[in-house]
Amino acid sequence: MEAFSAIVAQASDPDDLKNIEAAAGAGMAYGLAAIGPGIGIGYIVGKSVEAMARQPEAAGMVRTTMFLGIAFTEALALIGFVVFILLKFA
Amino acid sequence: MLGLEFPPINEILRWQDVYPSFNKIALIAVVAALIGITLFLLASRKDPLVAPTGSRNLAEVIIDFIEEGIVMQTLGKSGLKWTPFLLSLFIFIFLCNIPGVLPIIQMPATARIAIPLSLALLVWVIYIGTGLKHQGIGYFGHLLWPPGVPTALKPLVGFIEFISTIIVTPFSLTVRLMANMLAGHILLVTFALLTEALLLAETSQVFLVPMSILPFGMLMFLTGFEILVAFLQAYIFAILAAVYINNSTEGHAEEH
Repeated sequence: MEAFSAIVAQASDPDDLKNIEAAAGAGMAYGLAAIGPGIGIGYIVGKSVEAMARQPEAAGMVRTTMFLGIAFTEALALIGFVVFILLKFA
Repeated sequence: MLGLEFPPINEILRWQDVYPSFNKIALIAVVAALIGITLFLLASRKDPLVAPTGSRNLAEVIIDFIEEGIVMQTLGKSGLKWTPFLLSLFIFIFLCNIPGVLPIIQMPATARIAIPLSLALLVWVIYIGTGLKHQGIGYFGHLLWPPGVPTALKPLVGFIEFISTIIVTPFSLTVRLMANMLAGHILLVTFALLTEALLLAETSQVFLVPMSILPFGMLMFLTGFEILVAFLQAYIFAILAAVYINNSTEGHAEEH
């Protein structure tokens, strides 16, 4: 955080300052948005592997449900990614 | 500070128009549609009584996959009439995704929001239409209030269900497909740029130029990964469409 304030202190131009803040905000947005879905997807896949190992004949059904769960969980990370793109480039 | 300049987003997502208002994305989408149509037309021309070969074999494998992997898993036996729709969705999205890793083309058509948004709105119209057809005007009641909700909570639950079914569903369908392909595309661009910058670096350090093998290896790995993602996103889009259609044919009442 000290290094960041040092960089901000150097920026005299308001445009530079805006770019620095946008880049930092974008990085923070994506980094924070990735935490929850990361834990969630790990949990879903772990439990699915457990279920498939316990009952291999149900593997097909478990796999479909697993992909569904991953798709719903992952959406949050992807919204974070879209925010990242918007902050960085828009 | 950095040895390379990341290009602005317009440069990696937009090219000169082939013709005014007809750019590379539209070209990829048209070619994808034509390839899909040609494959299945060719397959349907062949004699169904002899053992399948060539295009018919491929078409049968894909149809089997859609029936076993998507329709039977979500809609059940009575949903087999949805196979053509889900098959078209799957094939079109997959063929739009896969140019992201094809050399020279290197652009997934679904990385721009237009195609995912149109497809998501199509799915939205279809699942609401199916709900109205199967349950009549009461569909909106089922949609807003799952059975067993206390009357005091009805305004709150109705509001949340309305937002989630009418607004969030198409939005997340769109964003999931678009952001996945866009993220993959930007990753590939990043590692290609890193490889180029290291390979062409004008430096006295002997080890710097051979180091370009590292980002190149990552680029190869990510290209393989993107093939998987292209398939998986098409599969997920189709399966979610099937789940939403199933929700509106069954209604909340029979679900629990």
